[in-house]
Amino acid sequence: MAESVLEVNALRKEFGPLTAVDDVSFSLPEGGSLAIVGESGSGKTTVAKMIVGLERPTAGTIRACGQDRSTPARSLRDRRRRGREVQIVFQDPYTSLDPRQTVEATIDEVLRLHHGWPAERRHQRVRELTELVGLDARQVRALPRSLSGGQRQRVAIARALAAEPRVLILDESVAALDVSIQAQVLNLLADIHDQTQVSYLCISHDLAVVRQLTQETVVMWRGKIVERGPTAQVLDDPRDDYTRRLRASVPHPGWKPPHRAQLAGA
Amino acid sequence: MNAEMQAAGGGALLELDGVTVRLPVEGSMRAVLQEVSFVIRPGEAIGLVGESGSGKSMTARAIDRLLPPGAAVNGRIRFGGRDVMTLAGADLKRFRSEVAMIFQDPRAHINPVRRIGDYMTEALRTNAGVPVNEASSRAVALLKSVGIEDGERRLRQYPHELSGGLLQRVMIATALLTKPRLLLADEPTTALDVTTQAEVLAILDDLRTDLHLAMLFITHNLEVAAAICDRTVVMYAGQIVEVRSSSRLHTDPLHPYTAALAAARPNIEATTPRLLAIPGRPLSAFEAPAGECAFAPRCPHALDVCRQARPALIALDGGLSRCVRAEELRGRLEVALHG
Repeated sequence: MAESVLEVNALRKEFGPLTAVDDVSFSLPEGGSLAIVGESGSGKTTVAKMIVGLERPTAGTIRACGQDRSTPARSLRDRRRRGREVQIVFQDPYTSLDPRQTVEATIDEVLRLHHGWPAERRHQRVRELTELVGLDARQVRALPRSLSGGQRQRVAIARALAAEPRVLILDESVAALDVSIQAQVLNLLADIHDQTQVSYLCISHDLAVVRQLTQETVVMWRGKIVERGPTAQVLDDPRDDYTRRLRASVPHPGWKPPHRAQLAGA
Repeated sequence: MNAEMQAAGGGALLELDGVTVRLPVEGSMRAVLQEVSFVIRPGEAIGLVGESGSGKSMTARAIDRLLPPGAAVNGRIRFGGRDVMTLAGADLKRFRSEVAMIFQDPRAHINPVRRIGDYMTEALRTNAGVPVNEASSRAVALLKSVGIEDGERRLRQYPHELSGGLLQRVMIATALLTKPRLLLADEPTTALDVTTQAEVLAILDDLRTDLHLAMLFITHNLEVAAAICDRTVVMYAGQIVEVRSSSRLHTDPLHPYTAALAAARPNIEATTPRLLAIPGRPLSAFEAPAGECAFAPRCPHALDVCRQARPALIALDGGLSRCVRAEELRGRLEVALHG
């Protein structure tokens, strides 16, 4: 088994009287891909926020690349090192980019902060990264407002990869995209996974997306992990009642919604 | 009038005939809908599927006369045999009570500082002059029909006290209070969790049968449309590209775009090394090349003939397809779907 790049142990987060995350543990092997699946209120996004440092755990530990990150970074250096360990791509490409920065400047800034390279090398790397995510020369010089949602999400992915993270968190990263664009971005993510050693932590409510993108899955319900295993096994042969209900609710060709008699207590 | 509409005869509840909508964009009028024609019969559910810019929401807005200011509409929309465009005063009011609309985000449409009961019964009390007590008891009965048992308590609550799924059911129940004959549902389950979506779809499906309610169900999701609609209309770049019985939509699509859209979705039952992505991005009506098939630039089956003129809708196997190669490609589109 490959060494793990991310280890979460007995993680807990309370918001006042509410326990949003309760005893969550998992590990992500180097080069692997793990999905956290769940619906609103499952705690999946809170887990992601704690991993990137946007929320502080009430209890439990988070280790990335062997370094603890359960408490806030104590120095700028520490913070930047963490940025090179884990990066995140958010759901909404319309609010996650600086509207005044061109694509080029957005990526260049990350390269300058994290690697301190000279201008020429940064320029070269911007070209490589934008090529990797399929943006053309005109789009590279453009401001986000002249890009479509799919193009912006490519920029967000390139920006995240610029830090050369070991772990990329995809927090509903394809959920807001049109179906035809979503397929392009999923293929791009598969290409990147093949070409680099980056590991994926995929936060999603969309089981079909999870199947396409990940090898392992944990299912969260009301803050707790209720099921875990290889993605194909969890989806084809769900053991937990909630996972079964979730799986049965996903529309697919030939699917019909369950009828009212079956909804007693809903 | 196209062949499908003639076949529908006088039995249509809603009829769109050659509806074109232009909107002022950066100083000039640009088409967002082009020659949209279809019919909905009483009690029939029609799915309207497309990506951003396809014109699916604009179609619903045109029907309910909720287009943005400055919109120019050509063509005809008839409801119960009457021209919707010229309705005014009491007739327009009656039309609005017979055609109800529900939206994607109930929180954006329900006043957060008023109780659920106020919101639900406002139309009945102010427009129909129904006394408060009677309006409330009708509201409670309808809440029950959408699976909310403790209606009296819900009427006293505020929107923030209800989950998104419950609030969407409240919006559906409210839409039903005026006893509509047609429900326009614009992505009503898109913002909901998948288990909640399944519940709301089941409720809409049951209501349709119980109340003999016609429905225009707008969604970006082919599978959702196929699950609860009799027929599905697929739109691309402001035009209808396919009309198909929902049961055949996935197994025997008539337009390459429908097949490509189905194939682009990841499959929950299997992993493929790469998805069959459609190159480029969806275009709106005014971005699509004129004088050729709007989908041709992204279509894996496009030939020179596709670039010579805008194809017309042709009737095929009980459906319609705006593809000059539709007949020749039948069966091969299905292969692409499962490939």
